[in-house]
Amino acid sequence: MAEGNDVVFVDGVRTPFGRAGEKGIYWNTRSDDLIVKAMKGLLERNPQVPGDRIDDVAIAATTQTGDQGLTLGRTAALLAGLPQSVPGYAIDRMCAGAMTSVTTTSGAIAFGAYDLAIAGGVEHMGRHPMGFGADPNPRFLSERIVSADALNMGNTAERIHDRFPALTKERSDHFAMRSQQKTAEAYANGKIQPDLIPVAINSPQGWGLATEDQGMRPETTMESLATLRTPFRPHGRVTAGNASPLTDGATVSLMASAAAAKELGLSPKMKLVSFAFAGVEPEIMGIGPVPATEKALKKAGMSIDQIGLFELNEAFAIQVLSLLDHFGIDDDDPRVNQWGGAIAIGHPLAASGVRLMLQLAAQFKEHPEVRYGMTAMCIGLGQGGSVIWENPAWNGKKWESGALGKASKQLSKDRAAESRAAK
Amino acid sequence: MSTIETGSKSTKSDAKPVDYSTIDFSELEAMSADEVVTHSFVRDIPLTGGKVLALVTLDNGRDHTRPNTLGPVTLLELGRVYDELTARAARGEIHAVATTGKPFILAAGADLSKVSDIPSQAAAKKLAQLGHFVLGKQADFGVPSFVFINGLALGGGVEIGLNADYRTVDASVPAFALPEVFLGLIPGWGGAYLLPNLIGIENALKVVIENPLKQNRMLKAKDVLELGIADAMFSSINFLEDSIRWADQVVSGTIKVKRPNEPGKLERLAKWDIAIGIARKSLESKIGTVPKSPYKALELLAGAKRATKAEGFAAEDEALAELIAGDQFQASIYAFNLVQKRAKRPAGAPDKKIARPVTKVGVIGAGLMASQFALLFLRRLQVPVVITDIDQARVDKGLDYIRGEIATLLSKGRIVRDEANRLNALLTGTTNRADFADCDWVIEAVFEELGVKQEVFGDIENYVSPEAVLATNTSSLSVEQIGAKLKNPERLVGFHFFNPVAVMPLIEVVKTPATNDETLSTAMVTAAKLKKNAVITRDTPGFVVNRILAKVLGEAMHAVDTGTSFETVDAAVKPFGLPMTPFVLLELVGLKVGAHVLDTHHSAFPDRFFDSRSLHELADLGRIYEKDGKGNIKGVDKAALKIVASHSKGNEKPQTAAELQVRIEDGLADEVKRMLDDGVVSAAEDIDLCLVLGAGYPFHMGGLTPYLDRSGASQRVFGGTFHTPPIAGVV
Repeated sequence: MAEGNDVVFVDGVRTPFGRAGEKGIYWNTRSDDLIVKAMKGLLERNPQVPGDRIDDVAIAATTQTGDQGLTLGRTAALLAGLPQSVPGYAIDRMCAGAMTSVTTTSGAIAFGAYDLAIAGGVEHMGRHPMGFGADPNPRFLSERIVSADALNMGNTAERIHDRFPALTKERSDHFAMRSQQKTAEAYANGKIQPDLIPVAINSPQGWGLATEDQGMRPETTMESLATLRTPFRPHGRVTAGNASPLTDGATVSLMASAAAAKELGLSPKMKLVSFAFAGVEPEIMGIGPVPATEKALKKAGMSIDQIGLFELNEAFAIQVLSLLDHFGIDDDDPRVNQWGGAIAIGHPLAASGVRLMLQLAAQFKEHPEVRYGMTAMCIGLGQGGSVIWENPAWNGKKWESGALGKASKQLSKDRAAESRAAK
Repeated sequence: MSTIETGSKSTKSDAKPVDYSTIDFSELEAMSADEVVTHSFVRDIPLTGGKVLALVTLDNGRDHTRPNTLGPVTLLELGRVYDELTARAARGEIHAVATTGKPFILAAGADLSKVSDIPSQAAAKKLAQLGHFVLGKQADFGVPSFVFINGLALGGGVEIGLNADYRTVDASVPAFALPEVFLGLIPGWGGAYLLPNLIGIENALKVVIENPLKQNRMLKAKDVLELGIADAMFSSINFLEDSIRWADQVVSGTIKVKRPNEPGKLERLAKWDIAIGIARKSLESKIGTVPKSPYKALELLAGAKRATKAEGFAAEDEALAELIAGDQFQASIYAFNLVQKRAKRPAGAPDKKIARPVTKVGVIGAGLMASQFALLFLRRLQVPVVITDIDQARVDKGLDYIRGEIATLLSKGRIVRDEANRLNALLTGTTNRADFADCDWVIEAVFEELGVKQEVFGDIENYVSPEAVLATNTSSLSVEQIGAKLKNPERLVGFHFFNPVAVMPLIEVVKTPATNDETLSTAMVTAAKLKKNAVITRDTPGFVVNRILAKVLGEAMHAVDTGTSFETVDAAVKPFGLPMTPFVLLELVGLKVGAHVLDTHHSAFPDRFFDSRSLHELADLGRIYEKDGKGNIKGVDKAALKIVASHSKGNEKPQTAAELQVRIEDGLADEVKRMLDDGVVSAAEDIDLCLVLGAGYPFHMGGLTPYLDRSGASQRVFGGTFHTPPIAGVV
């Protein structure tokens, strides 16, 4: 009989992320090869995991055609050399594909059906532009189920600015600039690289090796951001600079029951606490993580104050700001996206969820005073997803006691003082 | 083994080392205007510790169906790239150089079109030197050199790797070989010298000589690793990534490469010459001494024991130049192209689209030949196959044989259980010809007698549809006459296999005046599905292969019947370099069959083909040769000698080997000319293709007609040549 289990995130890796399109490093690389190389890298990093013990392989992609079609989880398992006995399936929840791969397999692990699962996602937006080949039902528009705007993610981001006038373009640009700076710093300090699986890339100039993310713009300044076009509206607020770029990449994680991890001598990096997905108006999909986070917290019986580290997907700067603002967290809170985010690193839709997790996992290790962390992201067509994790290395202290926590508290005080002074 | 003759040639070569950088290669570049150039691209790859690996990718810009090849322009470009990298290494900018190929392909070797167009021996030598010059640069980068064997690597493609310090191989590499000897060449861009010094003499003999002579057998990645050619093997999933990481570890010293097969002092002192001696004896007994390239390769391998690299390379230059400029290589390339290209687009074949589908096959006869057909059709077409014979006992015997063969395939792991079940389920036997009603292909392998075959097909016609193809495997009867009594003779075609059916790659598809295009097309498409090469011939006695063999065998029997010794006959045909002597061939095909073939041809062409009374008696005796317990020939059997002597009138003048050689050559030239004039096949190329595939005639003869041209027989007999210009070497 199946029985309830603790679920752990054992390990996660990803390919370097490439810019989508002809100038992208992966223009001549197949999407399925990206996920297969990531999976092989993950398995090689965890040699004590027997392939035949993997109970399922869930791989997400948003556009499941061509080299992202044909039941990715199964094809990737076969291509990665896992035993034929290992099953697999494909997942699609747009941007939260990989996150859903993790939560869905976690559900099966928690139920006791699985001991071990591989969960990840891939998106080759160069080969599969978002929404390409989609055939939306005409009722969406004729019955005004969603407005035409809802299908264009940039427009949904503009709508957040509409709803929260206090969240200005300047705040978005500032957040974006900081994302670039933080990622550059993280790279310089070797924070990102350990979880990257190098990928051989074919190009008209011969074979090369992708070893780092391609889309980073560390030179970004407020001035340079101010000059960018607002492609979604005349005099709008959303630009290529304060949004994540179109990206190719793959991520994958090894999920396990705590018992199986122990049996195989694995050292889990995170323990799953709770997760939730929630729907919002499709026209303003970027606020989806707010109700999702509230739901996840409620299910866990927790409050936002208990979260010591945040990895929030930066589909758009404004969309992260709306969440932070909702929970009274400062734009510059050091607990949030310490190493930058999707604006600098890229957002290969269905792959991004696991990237958040592997960065949170690495930060947990550096911050034993933090017990809980959160990964959250917005999802096209009006959804949000949020996953709360516990740090297995937690030393019993409070997150406020660490350097990050102190800086966070200090920042809150300073801001409160500033705002009093302004009044 | 007490005494071994290593031969005087297994000593150090006297070729003088050359400074390749002083040679002007512009002549080669000039003749390569149309070369499909494989370009050399370079990208820098970061290694740990701030080091850099320069990765050279060879890519001709085409897909995998046009592999990278190494022509003069390609090599010169690669040489310039390597020179630049040498300079960068000297400046400390790079710390390793690796070379790899485009997806699925490293390189398929020298551009053979360029090699066979070479205008002179001097140019051929330069081509050899250019390869050494460029590939050899990998030894002088000043930093470690690697080759990542990511895909197919043949000949020069393999030698790119041999010239590097280290090699990795992709576990999925399907073909890796030094096929030069198969084509009448030697591995002359370092292969003959470097390989034995890397993996030992015995392994090198296998790769350089043995495998090419076993129908050009290829190595798999696993063999490449086990032989010690590659230092590491990685999965294709992340082959390049792992190779780069491995190279990084070699450069940083965390991996020390061990080469257990590298020859040590002991091997050089004790094993090397012995291995060469054994190989030479084995070659002499297997293929005779006519083909030059295996012996050249042997000399080079022998010399590699003591030569310096420069001396070894110089010896390869000499050998390669001589072979490229020689007759045998030109004939080999001709034959290679026949097998690779012409065989795949048979001359005179009607449009494939008009072929009728074959969804059920009937085999008339359940004897050995018929059972072999049934098995082949089952395996390749995977459609129901029904066999029949005159009684149930014979049918059952045939079924047992076929099922036994399927079981053997299963036990050897050649097919899986499901496949064995499928094949067994598709097979049925019957004594009721009505069960053939829904067959759309019926092939007979009954007794070789016109009346029997006519009856069989005449009766089958009562059951099958008017369009069902009727195929006869006759070797000696007229296909047209077999169909003389048919209501629908237009659906009859000759479909002549060679023994053993599963192995021999040729089918002669015989077209009668009545055969229609749909039938002919169906026969050609069916032959291709059986994975056989089909050549279309007219319905003339012996078609192609048997007519040529009958000519040679008839002359051989006639010679011994008229007082010439068996040994003299052997000596007369020795210069051809045929796979076996006429008498050994007769024993192989069976003396009765041989006698029947001679009779058939004699009755068709009494003034040109000999029959042999004595061969019938030899058939009754059952042997020509006396053999030892292991089946090795000890000499001509005494009783056989007596039989032959009894047919000699005693007043004939025995022929000398030289006389008989000319007689056979001229007879063949005459016969081939007649066959072409008579339109038996479309061109001389088809005669050669048939002989290469159906009789094992060697590449170095080009099948037959290039040999007849270069030996002067064509000129003597009809004052011309089969090929214009003749397929011959250059000076």
